[in-house]
Amino acid sequence: MRTGVSISSPTETRVNDFAVKLANVNGTGSASANGLLMQAIFRMGIPVSGKNLFPSNIQGLPTWYEIRVNKDGYTARALDYDLMVAMNGQTYDRDVSEVREGGYLLYDSTWPLDPKLHRDDITFLGVPLAQMCNEQFRDPRERVLMKNIAYAGALIAALDIDMDIVEQLLDEKFSAKKALRESNRKALRLGLDYAKEHFDPLPFRLEKMDANRDKILIDGNTATALGCVYAGATVAAWYPITPSTSVMDAFKEFCEEFRRDPETGKNNYLILQAEDELAAIGMVIGASWAGARAFTSTAGPGISLMNELLGLAYYAEIPVVVIDVQRVGPSTGMPTRTQQGDLLECAYASHGDTKHILLFPANPHECFEFAPKAFDLAERFQTPVFMLTDLDIGMNDWVIPRLTWDESYKPDRGRVLGAEELKQITQFLRYTNEDENNVAPRTLPGVDPKAAYFVRGSGHAKSGAYTEIPDEYREVIDRLARKQRAAAAFVPPSLVVKKPGAQFGIITLGGCDAAVREAVDVLAASGVNADFLRVRGFPFDAIAEAFLEEHDLLYVVEQNRDAQLRSLLTLETSVPKEKLRSVLVYGGFPLSARRVIESIASQMGETLAVHH
Amino acid sequence: MPSITKPVAVHPSLKRNELGLTVRDYEGSMSTLCAGCGHDSITAALVRAIWELSLPPHMIAKLSGIGCSSKTPAYFVSGAHGFNSAHGRMAPIATGANAANRELTYIGISGDGDSLSIGLGHMCHAIRRNLRILYVIENNGVYGLTKGQFSASADLGSRSKRKEANRMAPIDPVSLGLSLGATFIARGFSGDKEQLVPILKAAMTHRGFALVDVISPCVTFNDHEGSTKSYLHVRQQARAATETDFVAPATEILATIGKNGAVNVTMHDGSTVSFKGVPPDYDPTDREKVFSFMQERYGKGEIVTGLLYIDETVPDLHEMSDTPDTALIKVPYEKLCPGSSALEKLQEDFR
Ligand SMILES: Cc1ncc(C[n+]2csc(CCOP(=O)(O)OP(=O)(O)O)c2C)c(N)n1
Ligand code: SF4
Ligand SMILES: [Mg+2]
Repeated sequence: MRTGVSISSPTETRVNDFAVKLANVNGTGSASANGLLMQAIFRMGIPVSGKNLFPSNIQGLPTWYEIRVNKDGYTARALDYDLMVAMNGQTYDRDVSEVREGGYLLYDSTWPLDPKLHRDDITFLGVPLAQMCNEQFRDPRERVLMKNIAYAGALIAALDIDMDIVEQLLDEKFSAKKALRESNRKALRLGLDYAKEHFDPLPFRLEKMDANRDKILIDGNTATALGCVYAGATVAAWYPITPSTSVMDAFKEFCEEFRRDPETGKNNYLILQAEDELAAIGMVIGASWAGARAFTSTAGPGISLMNELLGLAYYAEIPVVVIDVQRVGPSTGMPTRTQQGDLLECAYASHGDTKHILLFPANPHECFEFAPKAFDLAERFQTPVFMLTDLDIGMNDWVIPRLTWDESYKPDRGRVLGAEELKQITQFLRYTNEDENNVAPRTLPGVDPKAAYFVRGSGHAKSGAYTEIPDEYREVIDRLARKQRAAAAFVPPSLVVKKPGAQFGIITLGGCDAAVREAVDVLAASGVNADFLRVRGFPFDAIAEAFLEEHDLLYVVEQNRDAQLRSLLTLETSVPKEKLRSVLVYGGFPLSARRVIESIASQMGETLAVHH
Repeated sequence: MPSITKPVAVHPSLKRNELGLTVRDYEGSMSTLCAGCGHDSITAALVRAIWELSLPPHMIAKLSGIGCSSKTPAYFVSGAHGFNSAHGRMAPIATGANAANRELTYIGISGDGDSLSIGLGHMCHAIRRNLRILYVIENNGVYGLTKGQFSASADLGSRSKRKEANRMAPIDPVSLGLSLGATFIARGFSGDKEQLVPILKAAMTHRGFALVDVISPCVTFNDHEGSTKSYLHVRQQARAATETDFVAPATEILATIGKNGAVNVTMHDGSTVSFKGVPPDYDPTDREKVFSFMQERYGKGEIVTGLLYIDETVPDLHEMSDTPDTALIKVPYEKLCPGSSALEKLQEDFR
C-alpha cells in the first residue's frame, strides 16, 4: 500500500498522489491563480488540500502555496514536493533545494537560470512566461497578473487538469466581467499550449475521481462565523487581528444575508468594532449580561489583553464566547504563521484562581459544529468558553463533508429565571440554589424588580453581596472549581482510534489531527502500531482519562515549544508525567506526518522501517 | 464593596411619582464613603432625578468601574440592575449591554481616575459611538480609593495634601467631549443639587452620550488649601454659564425662547430643556462657540458649570446600526437561525 509520505518507483505514473509547491511574490495576484488550480482539482473529485504560507505584509515578500492531492485522503501538509513552481527570484535557491529527488521545477525561462543553482537530479521546465505575457498584454499590471495565470495554464497541461472545469470556473468567477474572463482565458492558453508543445508527460498526474460529491471547500473562519450565525449570536465585538479578522468579515456578510428582518427591514445583529480587545471582551460581557448571545474573535495578543475581564466574567459568572484563532507567539510573533501556543493562556486566563472551558476543533467542519456548542456551554455554565482554532484551520481552504443543520436544535440558554419563575420566589439571591452542575440561576435586567442584583468582580458571598469573610468567599470560589470540572461531561468527547497490539498511544489536538492520523497509518504500515486519541475539549473527559490510564507510553503531539497540552494533561489529570513524551513542531507551518514520524522514531531510539 | 441595608420606613406624607413610588423607593443601601464625600451628594441628586422622571427601577442599568465613585451605584435605586465592573472598563460593558437591550436606561458612574486615565480610551470611543447613556464622572482630582494620588484631572499647580504641586496639564472632560463630538455635555458641582438635578434628568432623556462632569470634592485627600477641587475653591470659582429647566413631555412649555436669546431644545422623546439664563452670545447648540467660551473662562480660572452643550440630531449607536426599535434580545431564535435549507443552498458557493 502506498502511504502518504513514502516514495514510489519513479518509472510508474502516479495518479492523484503528489505535492506541488508554488513560490510567489505576494501582492502579484498569485492567490487567484493558485486558488483556481485548487478549486479545479476539488471539482475533479480528488481529495486535495491547499496551504497558504504567506508573509505578514501586503506586497513584495515571499509567499508559497502548497497543493497536495492524495487519492487515499491524506491531505495534511506534505514536505516532499514533486513539482516546484519557482516564480520568486528572492527564494529561488531555497525553492530549488526543496524539490524531491527526481522531481520537477517549473520556472520563467524569459531569463537564463543561475547555473550555480542547477541540480542534476531534478528536471527543469522552462516556460517564457514574462516574455509571452509582455507580447500579449499591454498594461504593466496586467502583465504581472497574467504571468501567474499563464503558469496555471502550464500546470493544467502538465498535471492533466480538466479544462472544461477550469472554463466553468472562469465563467462563474468572471460572470460580470467579460473582459477579465477573456484575458484570463488567453493567459491560461499561453501556458497551456506552451507546455503541451514542449514538455513530455510527467510521472504524476491527475485523474477524475468521485470523492468530493458530498464535500465543500471552506476555510475555518468562514465556518466558525456561520456557526455563530446558526447559534443565534446577535452581538459581536472585535478588534482586527490576523488570523481572526475573516471570522468577523464572514459573520458580517452572513448577517447581511440572513439577518435583515423580513418584516421590519432592520438588522437583527450588531457588530461592534471595538477600540481594543479590552473593550471587545467588555462589550461581550455586557451583552451577555443583558441576555444576548455574544462573542468575540481574536488571536493571542488579543487574549493577553482580555485577561483582566475574562476573570470578571469567570468570577461574576457571565457567559462569554471567545474564538481564538491562534498564531505564532510570543508577542507579535509571526502573525501569518500557525501555532497552538495559547492553550495554557486560555485555560487559566486572568489573575487569581481561574480555570476555563476550552474547545479544540480540528477542521472547518468542527468549527461550524462547535460554535453553537460554545454558546450552549457558556450559557449553561455561565462562564467564558474559548474555541481555539489556528491559522491553518482558520485561513486555509479545507475539503470537508457538507455542513448540515439539525432543525431540532434549541439553544441551551442555561438557567435564567423568567418573569413567571420570579413570581414563584420571594427573594432572588444570585449565587444560591445551584443545580447538579453547580450552576446557580441568573436573571436578566429589565424583566422584574425582584430580579435585580449587583454584579461585582469583588469578593462576594453566595447571596451576591460583598464579602471579605474567608468562608463566604471560599464557598463561592470552590463551587466555581466544581462547576468547571462538571463541564468535562459536556465538552465534545475525545476521539479514539485503536490499533490491535498497539505499542503506545498518541495524543493530539486541533489542527494536528490529519498529520497525526497519517503518521499513525504510516507507522502501522511499517509494523509499529499506535493508538490514537484526539482531545476536543477541556476539562478533559473520561475517555481521555481512560486512554491515559490504559497506556504506559504516550506521545503528545502539538504545535508549541513548551508542550502545553502535555502540561495541561499532567496538571489536570492523574497521569504520571513520565508516561508522556512530546512531539513538538512549532516553526509556524502546518504539521506534516513526516515530522511526527521522525520525532517518534528518534525517541524510540531505533530506526523505524519507514520511508520518507 | 461593603454596603449596609437601610430601614425603609416610608412616611405617609412623602410625595409619590407617576408610578406611585416615593423618593425612598429609589434609594440604595447605606453609603460607606467618608462623611462629607462629594460623591454622596451626587448619589442624592441622582435619586431625586430618577424619582422625578418616574423611571421603573428594574428598567435601569447602573454600571461603574472601580473607585470610591464607582461604589456609588450600590447607594441608589436598589431595584435597578447593577454592574460594578473593573477599573476603567465600565464604558465597553455598558456598550455591550446597550447593544443587547436598548430599552433600559443606562447610567454609568465613574471617577476621574477611572475615566481620564485607565479608561480614557473607552470613554472617548463610547462618545464616538454616541452610546445612549448618562455618563457621570465624579471628579475629585485624585484617586480616592488608592489614597490620594493625583489624577489626570488635577489642575496645573494644584497642591496635594503633602503640598506637592501638580506639574502636568489636566485632561478636561468637557473640552475633550466637545472635541470628540459628544452630543450632551454638562458640568456640575456636587454641592449644587438645584443645578444638578435638572441636568441629570435632561441627560437621562438625551438620545446619545450624555457626559456629566461633576466636581465632587474628596474630603479626605483633596479638600485642603491649595487644591483646586476643594469645596472652598469650587464654591469661589464656579460660575453657572447656563441655568436649565427640564420639562417632561406633555407639560405645557411656557418659555420657548430663553432669556438671553438661547433657544429651548426639544428632546427626542418630546420633553424640553429650557435655558432660563445664558450669557449673551452663548448658544448651547453651537459647538465652536461653546468651545471658545470655555477656553476663555478656563484661562480666567473659572469653573464653568451648567448644561453646556446639546445636540439632539445625531443618531445613536442603534440608529447608526439600523437595529430594531425594540431590544435585540427580544428577537426570537427562529428569526436568527437561517435553517437547514438555507445552509444547503449556501454551500453551493463552497464548491
Ligand atoms: C487594573 C487596576 N489597577 C489599579 C487598581 C487600583 N485602583 C482602584 S481605584 C483606583 C483609582 C480610583 O480613582 P477614581 O476613579 O478617581 O475614583 P475615586 O476613588 O477618586 O472616586 C485605582 C488606581 C485597580 N482596581 N485595577
Ligand atoms: S476617600 Fe475621598 S473620594 Fe473616597 S470616599 Fe473618602 S472622601 Fe470620598
Ligand atoms: Mg477621583
